[in-house]
Amino acid sequence: MSTRTLGLGGVLLAVLRREVALAMRQKGEVLTPLVFFVVIASLFPLGIGPESALLLRMAPGVLWVSALLAAMLSLQRLFATDYTDGSLEQMVLSSTPLSLLVAAKALSHFLLSGLPLVLMAPVLGLQFGLDSRSLGILMLSLLLGTPTLSLIGAIGAALTLGVRGAGVLLSLLTLPLYIPVLIFGAGAVEADAAGLGANGHLSLLAALLVLSTFFAPLATATALRISLE
Amino acid sequence: MTGANGVGKTSLLRMVCGLAPIETGRILWNETPIQSQRDAFYQDLFYLGHANALQESMTVMENLRFRCALAGTALDSDAALAALGMFGLKGRQHQLVKHLSQGLKRRVALSRLALSPARLWVLDEPFVAMDDAGVRLLADLVATHLGRDGLAVLTSHQQVDIGSIAPQLLELGK
Repeated sequence: MSTRTLGLGGVLLAVLRREVALAMRQKGEVLTPLVFFVVIASLFPLGIGPESALLLRMAPGVLWVSALLAAMLSLQRLFATDYTDGSLEQMVLSSTPLSLLVAAKALSHFLLSGLPLVLMAPVLGLQFGLDSRSLGILMLSLLLGTPTLSLIGAIGAALTLGVRGAGVLLSLLTLPLYIPVLIFGAGAVEADAAGLGANGHLSLLAALLVLSTFFAPLATATALRISLE
Repeated sequence: MTGANGVGKTSLLRMVCGLAPIETGRILWNETPIQSQRDAFYQDLFYLGHANALQESMTVMENLRFRCALAGTALDSDAALAALGMFGLKGRQHQLVKHLSQGLKRRVALSRLALSPARLWVLDEPFVAMDDAGVRLLADLVATHLGRDGLAVLTSHQQVDIGSIAPQLLELGK
């Protein structure tokens, strides 16, 4: 029997395509975090009232916290079905390194839950009266920050696999790790509005992304192996 | 491999695959511990556990394609159709897995065997949920594999003739 081998890229592409195809079939799972993001961010102007100066001041923080919670919402499902149906064992037993398969899963999580948030953010930012320059910085900071959220979140999702009450535990584990991303993400917009320039904050966000791209898949792979034992 | 329920058949198989930790002893493949040559060992290994490792909301063919990709090979559609046909799944390649019965799901998982170039097959209770014809088919498949210089480790509660080859019987718990 002749078998055509797939390169490393081919294997990772197959993982990505599977995740995207699954998401397209269960659209609710992609839309729920997005709707959650919109609702949470819209509640603040309603609760605080129409005082535009205050809203403007709060906008970056509120939008970033909402994005962070929305990203958390879909994390629990990252490995859950693969764990119950046995696919995860097969990924561990693949001749492709598990950390790379995990990186592909994290990338798919970003594409399906982080990227929609980035695209939705300016619409919500308008509600708070952010100007176009701030909206641009906000989108850029989210674009650099949400992949880090997916990567760090994957570690938490792997550690809490098969645990009862995994959802709460997952939030307790990952939210503290999200703090640096939140500080530099929201800080970027504020710093720019204050005339200090957002470059420093954005560079730090990019540095966090590079660091987590390197270490998070390794940590996630180890956590998955432990969860399966 | 036989033995009473709960005696540790599945645990032993999982150890053989490197999925479960080993307290004492070593597991060697080509005279090297499997932990120190994971990627090479997994290239040679096909494992089928209790779970079928099929994604319910994907079609039969998509599942096979993904599993082949994990093993590092591109799915040959003709070979896949032939394998499915062999297991009585002709015409079901575009059905979603969740619409199949338990026995048919098992057959989909097992049809992967016919596509796998792996040398070592580790099968946990492959005959469960299979009808007589299915058992016969699987036994023949294992016999062909052994005839091609392959290896197979499997657990079963029933005595199944595997071709002309006399299996090494390991009875756990004795």
